[in-house]
Amino acid sequence: MFYREAGQFKTSYAADQQIFPITQDRIGVLLILAIAFIAVPALSNEYWIKAILIPFLIFSLAALGLNILTGYAGQLSLGSAAFMAVGAFASYNFMLRIDGMPILLAFVLGGLAAAAVGIAFGLPSLRIKGFYLAVATLAAQFFIVWALTKFGWFSNYSSSGVITAQEIEIFGFRFLSPESKYLLVLSIVVLLALAAKNMVRSSVGRAWMAVRDMDVAAEVIGIKIMQTKLLAFAVSSFYCGVAGALYAYAYIGTVEPEGFNLDLSFKILFMIIIGGVGSIVGAFLGAAFIVLLPIGLDVLVQGWLVGIVPPSISSNLQLIVFGGLIIFFLIVEPHGLARLWQIAKEKLRLWPFPH
Amino acid sequence: MSGRKIGDVILDLQNISLRFGGVKALTNISFDVREHEVRAIIGPNGAGKSSMLNVINGVYHPQEGRINFHGEERRRMESHMAARQGIARTFQNIALFKGMTVLDNIMTGRLTKMKANFLEQAIRFGRAGREELAHRRKVEEVIDFLEIQHIRKTPVGRLPYGLQKRVELARALAAEPTMLLLDEPMAGMNVEEKQDMCRFILDVNDQFGTTIVLIEHDMGVVMDISDRVVVLDYGKKIGDGTPDVVRNNPEVIAAYLGVAH
Amino acid sequence: MQFFIEVLIGGLLSGVMYSFVALGFVLIYKASGVFNFAQGAMVFAAALTFVGIQEKGAPFWLALLLAFGVMVLLGVLTERIVLRPLVNQPPITLFMATIGLAYVIEGLAQGVWGASVRGLELGIQDEPLEWLMATANISVSKFDLFGAGIAALLVTLLALFFQYTRIGRALRAVADDHQAALSIGIPLQNIWRIVWAVAGFVALVAGLIWGARNGVSFSLTFTALKALPVLILGGFTSIPGAIVGGLIIGSTEKLAEVYLGEYVGGGIDSWFPYVMALAFLLIRPEGLFGEKHIDRV
Repeated sequence: MFYREAGQFKTSYAADQQIFPITQDRIGVLLILAIAFIAVPALSNEYWIKAILIPFLIFSLAALGLNILTGYAGQLSLGSAAFMAVGAFASYNFMLRIDGMPILLAFVLGGLAAAAVGIAFGLPSLRIKGFYLAVATLAAQFFIVWALTKFGWFSNYSSSGVITAQEIEIFGFRFLSPESKYLLVLSIVVLLALAAKNMVRSSVGRAWMAVRDMDVAAEVIGIKIMQTKLLAFAVSSFYCGVAGALYAYAYIGTVEPEGFNLDLSFKILFMIIIGGVGSIVGAFLGAAFIVLLPIGLDVLVQGWLVGIVPPSISSNLQLIVFGGLIIFFLIVEPHGLARLWQIAKEKLRLWPFPH
Repeated sequence: MSGRKIGDVILDLQNISLRFGGVKALTNISFDVREHEVRAIIGPNGAGKSSMLNVINGVYHPQEGRINFHGEERRRMESHMAARQGIARTFQNIALFKGMTVLDNIMTGRLTKMKANFLEQAIRFGRAGREELAHRRKVEEVIDFLEIQHIRKTPVGRLPYGLQKRVELARALAAEPTMLLLDEPMAGMNVEEKQDMCRFILDVNDQFGTTIVLIEHDMGVVMDISDRVVVLDYGKKIGDGTPDVVRNNPEVIAAYLGVAH
Repeated sequence: MQFFIEVLIGGLLSGVMYSFVALGFVLIYKASGVFNFAQGAMVFAAALTFVGIQEKGAPFWLALLLAFGVMVLLGVLTERIVLRPLVNQPPITLFMATIGLAYVIEGLAQGVWGASVRGLELGIQDEPLEWLMATANISVSKFDLFGAGIAALLVTLLALFFQYTRIGRALRAVADDHQAALSIGIPLQNIWRIVWAVAGFVALVAGLIWGARNGVSFSLTFTALKALPVLILGGFTSIPGAIVGGLIIGSTEKLAEVYLGEYVGGGIDSWFPYVMALAFLLIRPEGLFGEKHIDRV
């Protein structure tokens, strides 16, 4: 009852095309942004910011990237973690080797490096489809991690390829506290999410979806398949690359190539499956789910099930629950939490009336 | 019959032969299409009609023959070039993008006319936003023309067959084509839907002067609306001319009704 | 020269091991059109179950039987809980479901049997064959040969099964078109249960051989991932293809590691098979033995 679209008619195409055409949605989003930018840093404790919110934002960004490639453009990729690694290591090297490099520019360049690598490994998609392509992206995943470890130049010749991200400093302000890092990451993620939303509702997004749904018909309409696919790889890898750079600079601090392994790629894939493929909001929902789930399970095992099951079961339980949830979502709601949210909104339109 | 003045030849197919491995889909087919006319391609099932259309807009590439479109002669068409040169088409098995709404599907028809690149679109302010609006207006004109306003936000996969066909036509029209290739646009429709579709096709030809090449099984429709007809059988051309000429061609009759032994 | 032959033969034989895992993939794909990403996890779970039962004091044959029983049960449960609800979904959905399945199987297996590394004894030693050593001075492991022999036996049995039995024909029909098979009365669910059980058996054999070779640990799931390039080369639907693909991947991987590896510091085998498969796909997207897929417009 409090969520009504009735009476909200659009009198211009411009109004109809807004991202949030319903007034309640717009207010809701502004509220969320206000809470995120103002309330959270003021009221949260450090643990929440460092261990939950920052990784949530970073993974949302990576999930956005993968969603663009797999959800919108339909190119299955199992190598997103590798592109994160490229972003992290590239940013590191730009900061290391070029004096006075502004850190935000280093992030952008890291993303561009990842985009370039993404295009290279995306070339096979012009001939290969479906899970053949997935195997090709596995090649990217394994090769990139190996190359970053083997060739010492990438990690400034440290042992086993470990790098320690430099301090973040913008115009003299040093981002040392968790709150400052959080706000930086939040700003970047909000900006890139807006850009992503704009892209997917424009002709580039439609071109991606057309290639995903039926590429023969897409070609007949005049879509250049090769350019469309490679653009998807480039944009997706850029997003993953920036996420990787943020991962190193604003979250973990010390990273090694092995940390961006196949397991992480799968995690990101799970985020978009659970959150909802082909949905911007879904990337955030899925990331939140995957970030919170291990913590929730830990609380469950440590708190309620203590004495009934050994604590070592926690990691195995995680595997089982992750896997089980994937299967569950694929059966029950293949469009993930995003669709469930949409359904909830539709029900709210009528609540408390049944129809 | 169209009220428009029929113009010169814009599409000329010469000696087109198409093979798939050992199977000969088309053998030595030659015919032309004049501007503003309604040209029907008819023939029994498996005669090669869809393949012919696929050759015209570059989905298939013939092993032999030449295609002359708007004065340019080629060995074959490339599908996205064909789109950019003003050829649009619909398919026998609907080729809509099932994951998108009706509006988005039709908007994809305008893609070749959009100039803004992805970065501009990411920012949306400025050229990209204006373009999106301008093209939306054009698409709404097509939506009005085909009377599908009520379903513009519906995901295409949920629509009944007849409406999907209309949306596919809308997508083709949104590209403002000079030549429209329609592959059995009335297949699977009831009488009312057929009448509607006929009316739309004639309106397109009348109002916009679009040349129409149409594959159709319903003889009544073909005889009624086409200016000229090509008849195919087993990949060969067995008739070419006005509906009356073709109707009385003994080979055509034999192909459709069989020959008495 | 004989070093080259040794490496080559060693590679071929390790390739046979990859084929084992690939065989399980092919079986399931042939019969249900599902690309079973969980095959590696199944190999791991089978080996772990076997060793776990053995540790509890059961003799070899009993452990084997029980482990097989567990795999069959796994197959039945998978069909019921994962496959049946997803029966008409696009292949990519089923593929992602098997990724989830892999995680579940891994978690369950480790949860039940623990995560420590174990050894597996099959009675055949990993020693060079004496007479070959004596006559040609080439060192080939007896164990590898044993593995090859088992593979040959398995492949022959499976090929005969598919070609000549009624069930085999039904499986091929099902692989082609579920709906059509259903409409002519093929009991889809029974067929799938049979196939997953057979794949489970193959996984058990693979698990035993791999486990005896490299020990039973979580890394078994990664070696199983190597079966993917094998499938790409050999095609997803061909049993001989799985063998040939395995041989090619195994030998080239070993040769590349030995001869090229020294220039770049080694470790090539982590990605070489994938890049090879990739290169191959660009030339022949269906694999060596696969069927060409034609899209009708």
